[in-house]
Amino acid sequence: MKQIATAALELAMRRGVTYADVRAVESRDRAVTTKNGMPGQIGAGESAGVGIRVLADGCWGFASTSGLSKAGLEAAASLAVAIARSGVAAKKHDVVLAPEEKYEATWVSPCAIDPFSIPVEENLALLLAVDAELRREKGITLAETSLTHERSRQVFVSSIGSMIDQTRTTTGAGFAAYSFQNDDIQKRSYPNSFGGQYQLKGYELVHELELLKHAPRMASEAVALHSADTCPEGTFDLILDSSQLGLQIHESIGHPIELDRVLGSEANYAGMSFLTLDQLNRLHYGSDIVNVVCDARPEHGPGLGTFLYDDEGVPAHGTSIIRNGLFTGYMTSRETAATVGDARSNGTMRAAGWSRLPLIRMTNVSLLPGEQSLDEVFDVEHGIYMETNKSWSIDDKRYNFQFGCEAAWEIRNGKRTRMLKNPLYSGISTEFWNACDAIAGRDWWTLWGVPTCGKGQPEQVMGTGHGASPSRFRGIKIGSGSGE
Amino acid sequence: MSRDLFAIAEAAARTRGVRDIEVIFERHNFALTRFANNTIHQNVAELDHAISIRVLEDHRTARASTNRLDRASIEAAVDQAIALTRASNPDEKIPALAEPAPVQVLNRHFGMTTPEERAAKVAEAIRIVEDAGQTAAGIFETGETTESIFNSRGIAVEHSGTMSRFSITAMAADSSGWAKASAANVRDLDPCALAAQAMRKARDSKSPREIAPGAYTVILEPAAVLDLVGQMFGDFSATALVDQRSFLTDRLHTRLFGENIHITDDVTHALQTGAPFDGEGTPRSVLQLVEAGVAKDIAVSRTASPAANLLATGHGYPLPNEVGEAPVNIVIAGGTSSIDEMVRSTERGILITRLWYIREVDPYEKMMTGMTRDGTFLVERGEVVGGLRNFRFNQSILEMLSNVELMSPAVRTSGEEAADMVVPAMKVHNFHLTEVTRF
Repeated sequence: MKQIATAALELAMRRGVTYADVRAVESRDRAVTTKNGMPGQIGAGESAGVGIRVLADGCWGFASTSGLSKAGLEAAASLAVAIARSGVAAKKHDVVLAPEEKYEATWVSPCAIDPFSIPVEENLALLLAVDAELRREKGITLAETSLTHERSRQVFVSSIGSMIDQTRTTTGAGFAAYSFQNDDIQKRSYPNSFGGQYQLKGYELVHELELLKHAPRMASEAVALHSADTCPEGTFDLILDSSQLGLQIHESIGHPIELDRVLGSEANYAGMSFLTLDQLNRLHYGSDIVNVVCDARPEHGPGLGTFLYDDEGVPAHGTSIIRNGLFTGYMTSRETAATVGDARSNGTMRAAGWSRLPLIRMTNVSLLPGEQSLDEVFDVEHGIYMETNKSWSIDDKRYNFQFGCEAAWEIRNGKRTRMLKNPLYSGISTEFWNACDAIAGRDWWTLWGVPTCGKGQPEQVMGTGHGASPSRFRGIKIGSGSGE
Repeated sequence: MSRDLFAIAEAAARTRGVRDIEVIFERHNFALTRFANNTIHQNVAELDHAISIRVLEDHRTARASTNRLDRASIEAAVDQAIALTRASNPDEKIPALAEPAPVQVLNRHFGMTTPEERAAKVAEAIRIVEDAGQTAAGIFETGETTESIFNSRGIAVEHSGTMSRFSITAMAADSSGWAKASAANVRDLDPCALAAQAMRKARDSKSPREIAPGAYTVILEPAAVLDLVGQMFGDFSATALVDQRSFLTDRLHTRLFGENIHITDDVTHALQTGAPFDGEGTPRSVLQLVEAGVAKDIAVSRTASPAANLLATGHGYPLPNEVGEAPVNIVIAGGTSSIDEMVRSTERGILITRLWYIREVDPYEKMMTGMTRDGTFLVERGEVVGGLRNFRFNQSILEMLSNVELMSPAVRTSGEEAADMVVPAMKVHNFHLTEVTRF
């Protein structure tokens, strides 16, 4: 891959560009799923290709190809340059990049058990055992389980002399139990919705999740939801489990802090952001106990957004986003950093595979642990505790959100009481985070993986990481989605 | 070329003692010019091809894919598919490979564009918005896709088509407008007309006022209809019914919507696109999904056919998979009213350009939530009187399609939350707008 990347870079540079970088990527994946006691998807794939990005006449051009012969690389390099030069027809200014050093590095993400060394028979046996356990509960009408593994090696080379070779292995696993009764579909998922938990790990993640152990409880809860009371409507103190809070962070903090979005690059699709440039170091995004970072460094944890260098060759950073409630930072690229006068990019450019252009993407955007115990977080006279995302929606500037969860429980005097179905909560992002008055400590903190974040045109699906522990929010609008 | 690749795979499988094999070959060539802040800022092209190989043996099946098309890589993929298949468990529901059947040839391949042609059109569109003192963002894309399916029982089908899209958002100081279109033939797109449409929406919705949320009469432009109603068609699936995850469970052949609602799935429709066969090479048939408000036909894959006691309809996804099948060429029959006529007939209501971030809140009532975006207008006494701040809605699709008062003629429509369809604009009463956002 190094030879291919270097050859493609030379072909681009020969065409008189002012900057070029090339990512040569080869990846393999495996997916095993089951449904109601039978194998579902059993598949494996591999893909290889290069993406060539150039600056010519002050404009960007990008072309990717799976044709890795010399002719294929020449055609892609030539097309990338032609595309860049065509941009002059609608150019307002030359692209300027914040300075960056050249790096030579090789990195392989930690992986205790190579997931591809585990026989598919063993994958299937585990999933079918979980599936059987779920369907043991009377009333479960659909049981689904899944395991996914991906390994991707990327060689990045650039015209400033960088050569960065990174290999990342990710694993995901989980299950869902559905119950249909009397015109009502209820569902419980473990350990999260969207297929479960995903991390930058090998098969050890599957062992850690103890899928079989948790199957009976989730199946039982899915059926119990039918006879649960509907979540009451009104204003309540709200406690969120860490997986739901991870998605809340993703939608109401992670996306708004993308500087390309703030500057209008995504206006036609994903939208813009309420975090206009005048808000930096002024806006009280959250209460004093809210501290959020965007951290791609391995020391933050094995997140889907963990790496050593981003996809334009910038070292992984840990950036303060919210410090004691104050909004302190955006996610940037070399281009957007230069636009706003930052000395350097903070390294959040990521591309979905070899075929797509790097964009500013969340790495690991995490709420740092608080100081409370779990009992202290639950210490409310009357509140609602919600678990596991079911629906999520937020406006295109990221003010107004509405989330639904799979299950909820009423809290009375610090204790879980009756189960509640179809819970929803809604609000305005900054009002919500300013209502946070308790965050559980490190012992309850989990780095969740969101594998399906969409952004860009053409759309790119990316995995992001979000650390969170159960937290409490005062006076939140809660309902049941009745539409009234 | 694809036939040669199949020959390599089939020979490799036979050498390894495997008789039943299916090969899907896909090639795509795609380019997109993206603009924002009145300048081209991302400008890309991609070329890829891939082969995926499915083995079937003793009711076991699995798939392996690669985008390396040399003989050794294809043979390795065959080995992988055989190994995965033999590691899997038998499932009596997995059917034998499909047998050949006549497939209609649909000529949907037109020209591509050069980077210079896209840039020139984008520059013209930007100028229209910029001259109005606004800021433009959008895309102009063209692409061509070829899909071929072969199997060792003799299936050999291929479809090649082009697709182009232009979309544009025009932004003024406190308002925005949006327009989008798609077509198999890029010459059918008019970027300047779309730019002017977006510009007028941004201009006419300036200084948006806030009104209280509640149940309103709404006029949904075709893109808003597409993105909301498009969320329900995955439920018109035999597998979803067997799994009891469809809102049609216990409701087929009952009236769910108003008598004025008629919906078909028709790949041959003049405004539709896509291959005339499904993921196993089975020819697509026309489905009458909804007739006079009654849910009738559903998509049926060959796998789901015995349990559903229905013939396969040619809407299955490539095997193996869990979701089965879905209709993908939706045509909602329209009416005769123009949007202007809908406005004139409305005493008080809201005109909505598009909807955004639509997600399911209740799967059986098909209750969806989402936001309005890029052009939300107050209608009073038969006239559009100005822009409104955007709303969140929580709305059952069943209820919505029971409350349709007027429809425009159906047009090919492209949104961002559902696949392109042929749909009308709709005037709908009692639409639930539940919250207002800050812009």
